[in-house]
Amino acid sequence: MNAYNNPLRNPQDRRLPRIAGPCVLVIFGVTGDLSRKKLMPAVYDLANRGLLPPGFALVGFARRDWANQDFAQQVHDAVKENARTEFREEVWEQLLEGIRFVSGSFDDDAAFARLGETIRELDETRGTGGNHAFYLSIPPSGFETVMTMLRKHGLTEGGEDNWNRVVIEKPFGHDLQSAKELDDVVSALFEPHEVFRIDHYLGKETVQNILALRFANQMFEPIWNNHYVSHVEITMAEDIGIGGRAGYFDGIGIARDVMQNHLLQLLALAAMEEPTSFEASQLRTEKKKVLAAARVPEPYDLHTARGQYAAGWQGGKPVIGYLEEEGVSADSGTETYAAIRVDIDNRRWAGVPFYLRTAKRLPRRVTEVALSFKRAPHLPFTATDTEELGTNALVMRIQPDEGVTLRFGAKVPGTQMEIREVSMDFGYGGSFTESSPEAYERLILDVLLGDPPLFPQQEEVELSWKILDPVLEYWASLDEQPEQYEAGTWGPRSGLEMLARDGFKWRRP
Amino acid sequence: MITELTDTSSRDIAAALIKARRTVGTASGLVLTLLIVTDGEHFDEVLAAAQASATAHPSRVIVVTYVDAEKPQLDATIQVGEGHPGDLLILRLHGRLREHGDSICLPLLLPDSPTIVWWPNNAPDNLALDPIGSLADRRITDAASAPDPQEALIRRARNHAAGDTDLTWTRLTRWRALLAASLEQTRATITGACVRSAPDNAPATLLAAWLSDRLGVDVTRVDGDGIGVNEVVLNTDDGDIVLSRVREGTAHYRVPGEPERSVALRRRPLTDLLTEELQRMDADDIFERTVQKVLEDSEAS
Repeated sequence: MNAYNNPLRNPQDRRLPRIAGPCVLVIFGVTGDLSRKKLMPAVYDLANRGLLPPGFALVGFARRDWANQDFAQQVHDAVKENARTEFREEVWEQLLEGIRFVSGSFDDDAAFARLGETIRELDETRGTGGNHAFYLSIPPSGFETVMTMLRKHGLTEGGEDNWNRVVIEKPFGHDLQSAKELDDVVSALFEPHEVFRIDHYLGKETVQNILALRFANQMFEPIWNNHYVSHVEITMAEDIGIGGRAGYFDGIGIARDVMQNHLLQLLALAAMEEPTSFEASQLRTEKKKVLAAARVPEPYDLHTARGQYAAGWQGGKPVIGYLEEEGVSADSGTETYAAIRVDIDNRRWAGVPFYLRTAKRLPRRVTEVALSFKRAPHLPFTATDTEELGTNALVMRIQPDEGVTLRFGAKVPGTQMEIREVSMDFGYGGSFTESSPEAYERLILDVLLGDPPLFPQQEEVELSWKILDPVLEYWASLDEQPEQYEAGTWGPRSGLEMLARDGFKWRRP
Repeated sequence: MITELTDTSSRDIAAALIKARRTVGTASGLVLTLLIVTDGEHFDEVLAAAQASATAHPSRVIVVTYVDAEKPQLDATIQVGEGHPGDLLILRLHGRLREHGDSICLPLLLPDSPTIVWWPNNAPDNLALDPIGSLADRRITDAASAPDPQEALIRRARNHAAGDTDLTWTRLTRWRALLAASLEQTRATITGACVRSAPDNAPATLLAAWLSDRLGVDVTRVDGDGIGVNEVVLNTDDGDIVLSRVREGTAHYRVPGEPERSVALRRRPLTDLLTEELQRMDADDIFERTVQKVLEDSEAS
């Protein structure tokens, strides 16, 4: 059925955007923060950019006693407050016609029957043609209930000409076993290509930026290997603590929360071979290959580190330690700092350690991938000339201020001969559109268009757990609590020692 | 930081620009040079649009205006920072200097990155042979602002060179996108088409030519009461696909077998149009084919 050749389209006509076909987007957990701050504004922004179809409907499902217009008001407020693009009445009216609300809990048969009626009514009055996207903005524990109810009430029955798709968010399980169980639930109802997993830290834009940098240029690829690179550091630092999320975070820890998905995805993108094309399936093949070749070297006590933030001063404000946070017991073994070394056993990367670290309550919020290069084999300068010369580095800054930094040596003007490190900087924000689309905007559009997402599929999720699971088991087997590090510093001593052992030092991002 | 230079040269302007950048400390992330050739009358409107698009595409904007005078003289205003990313140069060319705009602008273009010339109102007949036009990779005109838009469009078509585009085409993008989407939805074979518009509307001429070229059917033109393009009807065996603007900002969209729906479809402001134009630096082949079609049709009639 995809053989239709639209005479009005031409590959050369690159002005024409692709507009999604008519469909209904059903959001579960629509009263949540994420929905209000990100999803609903993203839907509006898409409409404003003219990318939503005529005949688009948005259905909210939650346990509120709301009528359609109450929900519409909520959407209106959320859009006004958080949308990226300017608010325009005519765009809003186009959206408003298709906004519905269904009140109920996730195990309420009557509510799902009402949801079914609402969707059928929309299919007819709005011409949405039986195309439905379900966005589960809810904790994973609710997945099974919702999925079962969707099936029971025949909401996911597909025909030849329509589609059903589902969006789920990280965490995708808390270890290999649970990830598999979760997948069983999802795949019972949806085919792999109908499941969209979102990692909102890693938008499609970012992924594509990394791919373009690596594979659209001639000058980086020749040095992108163990002949030139000495080691790679992948950092994701947050300056905040756990806030009020002890219930979610305690017992899970930052390695499961962030390292398994975000950091290992970044590692895969930075280390993979060139895909034969940029089709999602080819990209996935390469990512899977490199993840399958990655492992954390033993012994784990030398090549991993974990910590918990202690009370301290964060950017001029006193903050409490993790163990004093509300809802966290004093003997909690949950880590808020995790660092691991990953070795990749292939010809390109053998002998180049990848260091991954992520933590809360570090000095600033930053995510980056930094390739440090070996020193030049011979320096025709005296040792004192090059005293201030570090090693060359190429840093892909992910957030904030996405861009690329090159570090290299330059002569200090006026001195006889003194070489010091300088930066050459490129920022996406500086050279391109000020506001590139939000990760959620891209994702929702991909879902509605049926574009294969660049987000991980189940196999990548499982491979990531295979890398991390042994470390998590080792950490769980330890009696002592994670090492304390003062809030507002770059982490515990064990994290520094872990690199020092290999002769390196973390760069300051 | 604003610097005024009177009776100056390209060299002094370049030096003042570097000094201004050092003082303000802007990063050099500029992606293109936008040359705007305009007259005094439209100056403010054009400048506002250029600066607004500069937020999307940080650029060096060079506004060239001509001053009637005996003595050839170059005056310049340099603005760096001042709330807009990129640089802004306003050059006033007095007298005979008009014929040597290229020699003044060439030293001021950003190295390597693309150069775009925009004539917001009156444009020379042959853009690519114009002294300033010859510097550019892309040349943007606006037939709709000419005294006779239809005639301007034909003139554009006759002298078309790769890299030329016209804002009348940009005004159509949203219409074209919705029509393309309607075909994706119905997958119907189109047997005929009709475009209703204000009399002698230049974008409508382009739209009709595009439809006729792509669909291989004759497109009827009808005069309507609204401004710009009013309505497009595509005939299929199952009924008509209709996209009609019912009031500013809103259109009705109907495809066979489905309820009528309204979609947002507004007349886009200049900033939007310019931003879209600056998004792509390669020649627009579809535009070229469409203006050639306009030319063929006008010669045939």
